[in-house]
Amino acid sequence: MSAAGVDGPKPRSQWQLFRSRFLKHRLAVISLVILILLITACFAATWVAPFPANKQNLAIGAIGPNGQHWFGTDELGRDLLTEILHAGRTSLSLGLTVAFLSTLFGTVVGAVAGYFGRWADQALMRITDLFLVVPQLVVLAIVIQGFGSTQVVIALSLAAIFWMGQARVVRGQVLALREREFVEAARSIGASPKRVVFRHIIPNCLGPIFVGATLGVAGAILTESALSYLGFGVQLPATSWGNLLSGARGYVGTTQAYLIYFPGLMILITVLAVNFIGDGLRDALDPYGSHA
Amino acid sequence: MSDSPILQVRDLRVSFPSPEGLVRAVGGISYDLYEGETLGIVGESGSGKSVSVMAIMGLLPKYALVEGSLRFRGEELIGKPEKEMQHIRGAQIAIVFQDALASLNPVMKIGSQIAEAMKVHQDGRTEKDRAARVVELLEIVGIPDPIQRARLYPHEFSGGMRQRVMIAMALSNDPAILIADEPTTALDVTIQAQVLDVFRRIQERTNTSVMLITHDLGVVAAIADRVMVIYAGRQTEIGGVDDLFYHPKHPYTAGLLASLPRLDRRTDPASRLYRIEGQPPSLIFIPPGCAFHPRCPVADAPGRCSTEIPLLRSVASSHSSACHFPDEAIKLLGVMP
Repeated sequence: MSAAGVDGPKPRSQWQLFRSRFLKHRLAVISLVILILLITACFAATWVAPFPANKQNLAIGAIGPNGQHWFGTDELGRDLLTEILHAGRTSLSLGLTVAFLSTLFGTVVGAVAGYFGRWADQALMRITDLFLVVPQLVVLAIVIQGFGSTQVVIALSLAAIFWMGQARVVRGQVLALREREFVEAARSIGASPKRVVFRHIIPNCLGPIFVGATLGVAGAILTESALSYLGFGVQLPATSWGNLLSGARGYVGTTQAYLIYFPGLMILITVLAVNFIGDGLRDALDPYGSHA
Repeated sequence: MSDSPILQVRDLRVSFPSPEGLVRAVGGISYDLYEGETLGIVGESGSGKSVSVMAIMGLLPKYALVEGSLRFRGEELIGKPEKEMQHIRGAQIAIVFQDALASLNPVMKIGSQIAEAMKVHQDGRTEKDRAARVVELLEIVGIPDPIQRARLYPHEFSGGMRQRVMIAMALSNDPAILIADEPTTALDVTIQAQVLDVFRRIQERTNTSVMLITHDLGVVAAIADRVMVIYAGRQTEIGGVDDLFYHPKHPYTAGLLASLPRLDRRTDPASRLYRIEGQPPSLIFIPPGCAFHPRCPVADAPGRCSTEIPLLRSVASSHSSACHFPDEAIKLLGVMP
């Protein structure tokens, strides 16, 4: 145990430690760079995309990837890369929003259930179970049908089916942490239950929470794709990677199959990148992690 | 030392329901704690020392049955609403636990944790004042280079330093009572000495009353003014350190003292240290009469000791013993090699 001494090298701040540990995680760094590029490209699509959005060129129709249209064009002659970048806005913002909302909600539910126990735990966990057992796609479809397929409705309803895993994980962590002596010590300095939970317990389970959140990003993008495929997702003229996929479903096995591969590839890349980043964050945030 | 006690404990009883029966962890303890004094509470593991102070803090689990009276500055603590207890905990009565590493939040910097103890009680300080106070507290507990160290995390500290951080945290609000639950047990001897020095400094510089729970008689002898000995959740003896150590009036105390190796007494190398026969009783089935009688070498059993619970009676000025034959105890010391 090195008490970073006065005479020794200057103790590094936790931020520096965190950064150096994260930077050691190659895949996470590469993923982060890719994700940032992707997000930037998508949100700046108006300027970055090679062609104006929705610009049709019926004369050429659907042609495969070539020098001018890197990802090819669809049946209306629209540049697929341009379409994908524009659609990425929806998919990425949906993924991030859903992950944020579901993490927030799931963490609070899990923390309250785990810390207070007894009837609060029973009530909250049974509600969680209830959300887990309903056939989610069906309920989502009905809810979205009822409230309209706006992005806000989709984001909220996706968040509503993604918080349960987070709640269960956090509850488990809190159950273990609340028996730890530092929690009793926090109570012994007169801290209120709210303070104990939010200042002392939750910061100690940030690792699993981050991992859960990254899984949420991936899950939300995938589920939205599934919904779009079924026709309940983002509605045209707005596009998402999911409804690009569903729009191209007729091309399976044809020479235009690239219309499926490219949106699918984007989803794959994003989901992988987010997962690797989550992995890197977890390692970097662990205060007991190897001293980089 | 002023005359009115800051804490009056009367017939404190704590029990826990269990499938095997009621566990009587504390079976009627009474004492006074005066301002500025250091009271040592001595007993074996499971004798109810920690439970009795956790009752003062109001930190026992909800299913614990707490009876009797705990008056802090005349105010009854038993049954006080949790919200009000939060204002007392840490602010007026602070506690230091045995395992300092476990007691510190691993993801919070030392400085922030100490500052937090003040913030919780709306001390009205600015962040800057608090930071200055943190440095001052770390200095009081003897942590060198406090400005740098306040920025470190608990795992970057050694065991003794962590315990000093805990003490600094406990002192942050100038509590009237500082409870230390086996503060030196997890430390090696040289570090123990340093931590005891911190307690001495507290005695010199502040008017805080200290309750020191330990099973180490040496620690008590070093810093306590008075000692209370607990056996099976009951008080056996309470009195000034010198009175108790040189004139024990309870066979249990005498047995504990006799079982310590001593440098100042020549012993026959072939002889062994005294030991108290038997084991402490289960707290579910406490022996009738005096809880110690099955292990007591001078007990009148079957007889008075096995039928009548001895009450705590004064045996000298400010020295009380719960033994039917308090004068037998001292003889035990003589019998020892």
